[in-house]
This record gives sequence, C-alpha cells and structure tokens, in this order.
Amino acid sequence: MAPAATADRLLAGPQFSAGAESFAEHRARLGPLPIADARNGLIDTIERSGLLGRGGAGFPVGRKWRSVGARSGGRAAVVANGAEGEPRSAKDRSLMTLRPHLVIDGAILAAAAVGADDVVLYVGMEHRAAVDALVRAVAERPLGGGPPLRIVEAPMGYIAGESSAMVHYLEARDARPMAVPPRPHERGLGGRPTLIQNVESLAAAALIARHGDEWFRATGRDLTPGTALVTVTGPVAGTGVREIEYGTTLRELVDAAGGLTAATDAVLLGGYFGGWAATEGRWDEPLDPASLSSRGLGFGCGMVAFLPADACGVWATSRIMEYMAGESARQCGPCIFGLGAISGALRRLATGAHHDGDLADVTRWAGQIAGRGACHHPDGAAGLLQSGLRVFADEFALHERTHGCSRPTAAARRV
Amino acid sequence: MGDVLRIDRIRCDGYGMCAELLPEHIALDDWGYPIFRSGPIPHRLVPLARRAVEVCPVLALSLVRERAHPSSDH
Ligand code: SF4
Ligand code: SF4
Repeated sequence: MAPAATADRLLAGPQFSAGAESFAEHRARLGPLPIADARNGLIDTIERSGLLGRGGAGFPVGRKWRSVGARSGGRAAVVANGAEGEPRSAKDRSLMTLRPHLVIDGAILAAAAVGADDVVLYVGMEHRAAVDALVRAVAERPLGGGPPLRIVEAPMGYIAGESSAMVHYLEARDARPMAVPPRPHERGLGGRPTLIQNVESLAAAALIARHGDEWFRATGRDLTPGTALVTVTGPVAGTGVREIEYGTTLRELVDAAGGLTAATDAVLLGGYFGGWAATEGRWDEPLDPASLSSRGLGFGCGMVAFLPADACGVWATSRIMEYMAGESARQCGPCIFGLGAISGALRRLATGAHHDGDLADVTRWAGQIAGRGACHHPDGAAGLLQSGLRVFADEFALHERTHGCSRPTAAARRV
Repeated sequence: MGDVLRIDRIRCDGYGMCAELLPEHIALDDWGYPIFRSGPIPHRLVPLARRAVEVCPVLALSLVRERAHPSSDH
C-alpha cells in the first residue's frame, strides 16, 4: 500500500470548518509552550531537525536562528512573515486562519531562542480572515512572560514580502526593496539583528520544540525531512491547501485531492518564483525541494497549479508575466523596461498580434534580466519565463508561425 | 578574488556612459542599462573601471574587492 499522501502535523486539530483553533483547544492538544528549553538548546534541536524555510528559498531555519542569536545580545527582533503576496498561494493565510496559536508559539519560541524582545506578526492586509484570527489569538494569550506581540498589516502586492521591502515598510512605511539593504540578520528593525521567518516555518519549529527533532525527521520520504503545506489548483477535485509529507509524488497528491477532473499536461511548481514543468513522466517523481532542484525545478512556496490540457500555455505564461511586470516596484531600469517589454511581446504572441522578432526578443530578454534588479523580482520572473518557453516551446513556435493557437476556444484562455 | 563593479540598480538611470568607457566589460541592454560580464575585472581594465565609477552621473557604480562568500538571507 502506498504511504498516505497527506500528513497531519501543522494542520492537525479541529475540523477546518470550525475555524481558528482557540487557545484553550490548542493548549489542551499540545501542552504548554516549552519556553525554558527554547533558551537552552532549541537552536541545536532545530538545526538537527533539518527544517528548511517555507517562504520559498528553502534556507535552513536553524542556521538562520544561530546567526541572529550570535549577534542579538538579547535585543533582536523577530518578524513572522505572513505577507503571502503570491497570488494563487493560500497556505500561509490558511495556516494563520486555522492555527494562529501554532504560528504565535513559533514566533515566541524563536524570540526566546535567538534573544529577541520585539515580535512582529506581519500579515498581508488582504488576508482578512488571517488578520482577524491573529488579532483574536493574541488577545486570548495570557499576559506576561513573553515579548510583546505586534500585528502589522502588510500592504498589498507581491513585493511586500521581500525581506528588504518588509524592513523598509516596518521602518518607514515604504514597501519597496532597498538598493543596498543591510542584511536583516545583522541590522534590521530599529538597527537590531532581525530574524525574518515565514509563518509556516515558525509553526513547524513550534512542533519540533515540543516533539523533538527525531520526531520531525521520522517523516519525509525522499531527501528532505518533515511535511509541508501545499496549495493545489487547477482541474483537481479537491483544490486548496493540504499538508504533505516531503517526497510525496505528484500522483499521490492528486489522488489525495480526489483526482483530476480534466486532463493536464503542465503544472506550475513553486509559484511565480518556481516554474512550469511538463507533467508527462513526472507523476511518480517526489515533491521534494532537493530532488526538484536537482531536476531544475523548485518546491518554492508549495504551489502546485495544474494547467488544463485545453488551456494555452502561451497565454498562461503571458498572464503571469503581465502580473510580474505590474508588480515591479518600478525602481530599477532592467526590471521596469525589461518586464514591461517581455509582457507586451508575450501578449502579442498569445493573441496572434505579434511582430516578426517578438519571440526572438523575448527569448533574448529572458536571459538578460536575472540578477539585474535591486531585489530578486526579475530573477524569479526570468526563471518562470524560461520554463514557459521550454515547456510550451511547440506552442510558442506554432503561435509565431500561424498567428493562431492550437486550442482556439474560450477555454484556452481561462487561466 | 579581484575587483568587481557593484551597481545600485535603483540609482542607475541608463545613461550608458560606463559602457562607453569599458565596452570590454559592460554591454547595454535594449533600454540602455548596463549588463556586466561576470567575474572580476581584468587587471589591465581596472583603471578604466575606476574611470567609469567617476563618470557615472548618478554615482551608481562602485569598485569593490569581491568577497569570498556570498550569503543568503532567506
Ligand atoms: S528589481 Fe524590480 S521589484 Fe525589485 S526593487 Fe528593482 S524595480 Fe523594484
Ligand atoms: S553610467 Fe551610471 S547611470 Fe549610466 S548606465 Fe552606467 S551605471 Fe547606469
């Protein structure tokens, strides 16, 4: 029998329909916060657990805590990053909405472990249910003991969760990345060493603090230990957020989500910082950050967005690039003009209104914009574009040659 | 190790003067923004790179000793 494709760790507890788990339920289910241990050895435990950051970049959490802890002098800051600007991802907002206390536990434990006396819960302002759940959860917590918890609503937009944009916003209410950002773990909020950690990473740390690193490493079927939240979209019966064991295959994930409702040839893995992959030959490959990156793909924020087979990949790629161009913070030339030009040419290719040379230009620009912004926005966009040009190469060629589309129906453009 | 050009991408206005001085190392994209060749600046070009730093009208360039290890914040 195949192992279960879903795992209940972060999302264990009451039915989702019950909404946010209360402090009383949370406490009864998981016991008290092991705060004394957090000051004493939690960083070692987290390092041994092998927990990777869940914001997208997958940096080891323990190593990050250690580097902030080494500089903190007890005056560091912790920012729980729940901005989740990635438009189709819903895992962070769901976690904050359903299990707010687990996220708060993680932030408090991180603060104790690294020596911080300022904790910011940074939540996307458009995620109303998550904001409400956290406001209520903070009010439910007993007073005293821990550091003060501040909830700050992140402005809308893709860039608001980028680390230097976040520090800039918290300091100066300007959510644009900084040209030469001081590195947050050295000098972040108020000039203090600052730990910026995605909310899912913090929630996982809160479980590891209670159950230990061995418990954590007991899950994970491929190279990476633990579980991860993923957002599944597209022609799948049960779309939405689920928790999987790392190493679960694409097929198992789809089965757990009730199966496909239509055929699909391509999937967007990892979100707008990830890339397109053909599904053919991939159904039994593990969803695991290390294996995916060895195959030129990424786990990123855990997005698994299937493209229906009757939808046009050129159109879908053009829509994403249009979004990415619109989300540029408009500070750096290559990002403003490069993404703008790419998105314009892609739209022409998608609709058959292109000029000679549009596809060649897009291909050339795709190789030129990475690394040429103050932040990583153009890098992510370039990676996504290159994956689209590769996976939908035949369709791009057909569009260029015929000014048409092999899927000439309204359905082709529904994504 | 070696000298590399750092650029403040937010400041750079794409005047392209740097590329005129140092075409061996700096190309321009279709909008006039510089694309640097990867790797350190060859020794013989360092004086020209210094010159480029000086002439950039918005002071977007600097010449720095490359650090041994890049590090991540994520
Ligand atoms: S690279 Fe783009 S998004 Fe990032 S700071 Fe520059 S203009 Fe803004
Ligand atoms: S001279 Fe300065 S402003 Fe002009 S392109 Fe070079 S770096 Fe940018």
